[in-house]
Amino acid sequence: MRKTYFKKYVLVCLMLALSCVAFAQTGTITGKVLDNTNQPLPGVTVGLTGSTMGAPTDVDGNFRINNVPAGSYTITARYFGFTTSQQTISVTAGANTVANFNLQPELKSLNEVVVIGYGTQTRKELTGAISTVTSKDFQKGTTTSPAELIQGKVAGVAVSTNSGQPGAGATIRIRQGASLNASNDPLIVVDGVPLSNNSISGVANPLSLINPDDIETFTVLKDAASTAIYGSRASNGVIIITTKKGAAGTPQVNFSSKNSIATLRNKVDVLSADEVRAYVKAYDVATGTNKSALLGSANTDWQDQIYQNALTTDNNLSIGGSTKNMPYRVSVGYLDQQGLLKTDRLQRSTAAIRLSPKFFNNDLKLDINLNGSYGHSRFANQGAVGAAVFFDPTQQVYREGSPYNGYYEWYGADKVLNPNAPRNPVALLNDNKNIGDTYRTFGNVSADYRFPFLKALRANVNLGYDLSKGGGSTYVPFTAAQSFGTFGLSSQYHQKNYNSVVEAYLNYNDTFKSIKSNINATAGYGFYDFRTSNRNFASYGTNSAAAIISNTIPSFPFDIPQYRLLSYYGRLIYTFDTKYILAATIRTDGSSKFTPDNRYNYGVFPSVAFTWRMIDEDFLKTSNVVSDLKLRLSYGVTGQQDGIPYYGYIPTYFQNSTNASQYQFGNTFYNTYSPSAYDASLKWETTQTTNIGFDFGFFNQRISGSVDAYYKNTKDLLSVVFVPGGSNFSNQLSASNVGNMINRGIEFNLNAIAVKTKDITWNLNYNIAYNYNRITNLSLTGNNSSSQVLTGGISGGTGNNIQVNQVGTSPRAFYVYKQVYDSKSGKPLQGIYEDLNNDGVINGNDLYTYKTPYPKFIMGFSTQFSYKKWTASTVLRAHLGNYMYNNLQSNAATQNTIISTAGDLINNANANLLETGFTNSQYFSDYYIQNASFLRMDNAGLAYDFGKIYRNKIRLNLSANVQNVFVVTKYKGLDPEIISGIDNNFYPRPRTYTLSLNLGF
Amino acid sequence: MKKNLLKYICIVALASTGLTSCKKALELTPTNATTAEQVYSTPAGYKQSLAKVYSAYALTGSGGSASSDLGGIDAGTSDFLRLYWSAQEWTTDEAVCAWNDTDVPDFHNLSWGSNNSILRGLYFRSLYQITVANAFIRESSDDAIASRGITGNDATSIRAYRAEARFLRAYQYWILMDLFGNPPFVDETTPIGKYLPERITRAKLFAYIESELKAIETTLVAPRQNEYGRADQAADWALQARLYLNAEVYLGTGNGRYADAITYANKVINSGYTLQSNYAKLFLADNNVGNTETILSINYDGINSQNYGATTYIINASLNAAMNPTLYGVPNGGWGGNRSTSNLPLTFGDFSGNTDKRAMFYGNNLAINNINDFTQGVAVVKFKNLNSNGTTPYSIGGSATNTSSGGVYASTDFPLFRLAEMYLIYAEATLRGGSGGSTATALTGINLLRTRAYGNNSGNLNSLTLNDVLNERTRELYWEGFRRTDLIRYGLFTSASYLWPYKGGVQNGKGVESYRNLFPIPNTDLVNNPNLVQNPGY
Repeated sequence: MRKTYFKKYVLVCLMLALSCVAFAQTGTITGKVLDNTNQPLPGVTVGLTGSTMGAPTDVDGNFRINNVPAGSYTITARYFGFTTSQQTISVTAGANTVANFNLQPELKSLNEVVVIGYGTQTRKELTGAISTVTSKDFQKGTTTSPAELIQGKVAGVAVSTNSGQPGAGATIRIRQGASLNASNDPLIVVDGVPLSNNSISGVANPLSLINPDDIETFTVLKDAASTAIYGSRASNGVIIITTKKGAAGTPQVNFSSKNSIATLRNKVDVLSADEVRAYVKAYDVATGTNKSALLGSANTDWQDQIYQNALTTDNNLSIGGSTKNMPYRVSVGYLDQQGLLKTDRLQRSTAAIRLSPKFFNNDLKLDINLNGSYGHSRFANQGAVGAAVFFDPTQQVYREGSPYNGYYEWYGADKVLNPNAPRNPVALLNDNKNIGDTYRTFGNVSADYRFPFLKALRANVNLGYDLSKGGGSTYVPFTAAQSFGTFGLSSQYHQKNYNSVVEAYLNYNDTFKSIKSNINATAGYGFYDFRTSNRNFASYGTNSAAAIISNTIPSFPFDIPQYRLLSYYGRLIYTFDTKYILAATIRTDGSSKFTPDNRYNYGVFPSVAFTWRMIDEDFLKTSNVVSDLKLRLSYGVTGQQDGIPYYGYIPTYFQNSTNASQYQFGNTFYNTYSPSAYDASLKWETTQTTNIGFDFGFFNQRISGSVDAYYKNTKDLLSVVFVPGGSNFSNQLSASNVGNMINRGIEFNLNAIAVKTKDITWNLNYNIAYNYNRITNLSLTGNNSSSQVLTGGISGGTGNNIQVNQVGTSPRAFYVYKQVYDSKSGKPLQGIYEDLNNDGVINGNDLYTYKTPYPKFIMGFSTQFSYKKWTASTVLRAHLGNYMYNNLQSNAATQNTIISTAGDLINNANANLLETGFTNSQYFSDYYIQNASFLRMDNAGLAYDFGKIYRNKIRLNLSANVQNVFVVTKYKGLDPEIISGIDNNFYPRPRTYTLSLNLGF
Repeated sequence: MKKNLLKYICIVALASTGLTSCKKALELTPTNATTAEQVYSTPAGYKQSLAKVYSAYALTGSGGSASSDLGGIDAGTSDFLRLYWSAQEWTTDEAVCAWNDTDVPDFHNLSWGSNNSILRGLYFRSLYQITVANAFIRESSDDAIASRGITGNDATSIRAYRAEARFLRAYQYWILMDLFGNPPFVDETTPIGKYLPERITRAKLFAYIESELKAIETTLVAPRQNEYGRADQAADWALQARLYLNAEVYLGTGNGRYADAITYANKVINSGYTLQSNYAKLFLADNNVGNTETILSINYDGINSQNYGATTYIINASLNAAMNPTLYGVPNGGWGGNRSTSNLPLTFGDFSGNTDKRAMFYGNNLAINNINDFTQGVAVVKFKNLNSNGTTPYSIGGSATNTSSGGVYASTDFPLFRLAEMYLIYAEATLRGGSGGSTATALTGINLLRTRAYGNNSGNLNSLTLNDVLNERTRELYWEGFRRTDLIRYGLFTSASYLWPYKGGVQNGKGVESYRNLFPIPNTDLVNNPNLVQNPGY
């Protein structure tokens, strides 16, 4: 480079010297161009606007332009990779004018294009609290649900896998959710198509049918300024997923194969067979009984019996490129994943096509996305998880002479099953065949047309669809103990989803140099239709008679729930002098879920945001330290109506849905007509969000990050609410507008490139978010003194709830008795609680709210260290301040668990029994509310990039990853990360070892 | 390509023209539901709607045993009878429950609070049936029937249905008055929606129930003439007899209505009902067949009317695996919950069943040291899911262990009113000084019960005291949901003069404050409805 540069310089100098002779009424311009670190920049093109005169800089960054006629000029310095700089000078005849430049490097990350609702913006222009995670930063290893890719990557976004089940999906909470009983799931938009959160039969989670390998970017919209354009579905944040596009040029083929083995990380701490034997013998001695006669001589670890080392293979092939004006990408994938629980298996085939042709001088751009997937699952009977911790370890798996497929089951001499005993965990798995098949296709065609006569104006039409069909069947042989009461079980289910989207908008984007202004205006319309069709089937026994199972006869052959949304939206972004950006959006939604009077009345969702690019101010522009600084202020209103009944406002009568709910008059059974409870004034839940944020960068973006503070106030919460007795056709409405809730918090995100040399790169990311939430009103009358709704059903007993929604606490606060402990031994005293209201009796009025399942802080830390071709990386994640109800201990750690009072039966108990010595269950003791703060290493990996290996054409990359490496926690149960806050028969998350291979050519 | 462009423009145009029709597009209705107008357009619709008014006290909901008409309570626990039975029996010497569930132990300890979920469930269940009845009553007025073009016999039938709905409403108001005292009041004229019902005092509610029962007397079908499971005039009289017997409790000492109790008990006694010769058959699965004694029952069926409450609950909760539930017709059941304290079997003296056949107990472990241990205490096996010939309903191929009802659901109907109670009311009201009765007739009535119980007249009494009547009620009506009301009427419920194990939460029993003769208005409703007032003491 420098050589050619030097040659040119010499040549130009010669020419300039010659021209000197020719003219004398001229002056010269000289100067020096430096970069942001004050190093000279050679080869910078320096020229005078409106003339051909100019010169490049030399090795020392100097330039000289001779023979410039006297006058005033704008002089420009341009260099690739740096921002162009201009200044105004005046040249005097015969004199030299000096013009020095300091060029700032062009910050690529700041110019990266970010998708926002109905459009794009460059990162530096963003007005909302928006985070993006691109494929290179995704969590590595075996993932079946796209949400796992961004675990721990975004401040204020908690992603927790729902369980260790293949394809179980993940729960995403952005800023902890703004709703109480309406859905707290964010809206997910894939390539411009907002997806429905409706579940699909036969698949554990709708997102799990999207192949993570096809995803390019996750964009998380957090504040109302960015989400309000999505109006009534945006209160809990929006996640925009962009899939991979074909790149220009020759076809690129990419093949990746991930092969993994998942292992059980830890087991529930239950008594060993010998401990059970010793316990029962001691009991016999103490009470004079002979329960020991029920014991066996085996040492069976039932958890070992039901879990396996699970294999997974995940293979993806993609071809991307461009023919003429049409970039394309075609990909296919195949996943075969076994579950940790034996018999669990998910097989998924996916295919995706993306075409992006352009026509009419690129005035018309089409974007066509087609995705298809087929999932085939066998779902293990998860009852085995609970049975394995209860089942007597002194018994063998099989029992001679057992009529129940040879398995050990609790039965008496007549071989009639003990109805109170747990069932053999291995039999629960092997005797239950639950197969689900799901077909899904979704995609969209979007056309973007730029009007030739007015280039600033575009029209965009987006037609999207999402069709899925799920079905499956369960088969249990009549010889199996688990369905003995019904002579086995043969059932089936079938569901179809038809979702369609029509969206159209006009966008006008023009810059008016004279007034240093840019106007970007959008106005659009959307229509969304969500229709599900469920078919109802009776279940049958599987003996030779194959009798219909009485209570399963449906009164209706099918049901077609449907809801629709109709929306208009608009946005105006006004930018002044590239530094001051004012953005305003408005959306109005109509929803079929609300009474016509309220559909629009309250469904108007505005937002306004202001951004000040402080870095472009003169006082910072030349800073060598600060490379980015931006202030963002926003306020907006969003709505929510997902997760509530479709027809909650209509007074209707319904016939009983099963023939098991008839009533007998004389000798005839009558189907009944019931009036349903309704709230005729049902309307939107609205959330007002205020956000203030800074984006910053230092040292040429080697260190960058953002900090955001927010305050969310949700009004007219769509809540489950008790209504005055006698005022409706139930004592509760499953959705009524009652109550307020606030969320406030701070998020901080920091990226650093700690080392960047030729051989070594070290990147770090750290994020932390604090959130505080409180219910501030939960009553129709304003009398909040003791307005409460119990929630959080537990295992054990009948109808027990451990959580409460009430004013003054977080949602789902635990609602328990205050345990009294023995002052000497420190052991909890059975059934002794504090009389908190001092009325002399301990009853339900002494329950108090104690801790919540919500973390106060969530943190994520990712780092990647590369040395030459080696890259090591890890992701850690922590939740602090969250508590868990240890339902396994409360329900299965008593004497009555082992020595069943129900009959001739021995069970196993949780090892916690040895600590408390409780005789019977104390479900509501706060002793079982345990600190579930944790630090988890999600991922540790090592990769080696072979580079081009075969004829310099094939790229090869190998990597090894371990997921769920370790968990540091005080929590005494299996896993501290259970969203509900109730630990009960949790399908364990495995530790997974993955080897991945990537080939490209 | 131009054509393509045209196409897209067309789509934009279509999308925009869609706007005008879209307001309609948002009007969606459920597939399998219908409107009041459609339901009540035919006599058959009226009958199906009436069936709901009844099933509101039989079932938990309309979508199978896991569904519930109510919220805030476990679905399986939310039927009327399970809740009512628990409130009436757990609180007394007749039953104690082993379960350590929310609020369960508070009943036997007599320590319940205003947040008790079971009391709340019962309160709202009663109000639910009242609200459903109100809707039916509203839609079945003479005007409404006429406006739908229903005339003649159909119209007459619907008028009888309406009287039955009013009867059921009165019955539930009696429940609310008896247990909660001063509940909210709604009738067919009150609206549905954001409405705050007025409070009604116990005395006013007494008057309302009485006036309703009197008002419908003539419209109801004559005794024994209605379909099985539907209320007739005898049911109306039986409820009036019960109401008047307890009048002093509701209206205060000195306001007794014993003469009326005698009058209405007599009306029932003279309506053609006869005592079933075999007492045990009253509580079997086929008690709907040839039953000459039961005046009104809540009907259950192991296949067609399933729930986890009611007789399914009474039977299953009284058994554990060691008792072999197959022998009681629930091979997959046995929940090990309810049994009796020693007081109940000891009222019989010999409780083996060899002397007084009404004594239907299992085991003889009278002592209870640990309430949570089901095997302590005497199990009660009065209700069974067996037919009178010993077979199990819906048995497959005659097998006792395999049934198409799942081996848990009972087909046993629950008698709400039966003739035996009328003899007992007559006797008690007479002894309490009611005019129009005679001690001799009272004694004859009681001895009818005892003769049936003993199989001969060896157990007959020669004289009668009030206490004899109470003990006879215990022996005749135990586990049928009477005990709490009876003990209150006799002043024994809260006082220290009558004790049972763990009364008041201590093993030997103790008296508690008298305000516990009334249950508290559930806190939930107190918060939501400022018209209500909490009962004293809570």
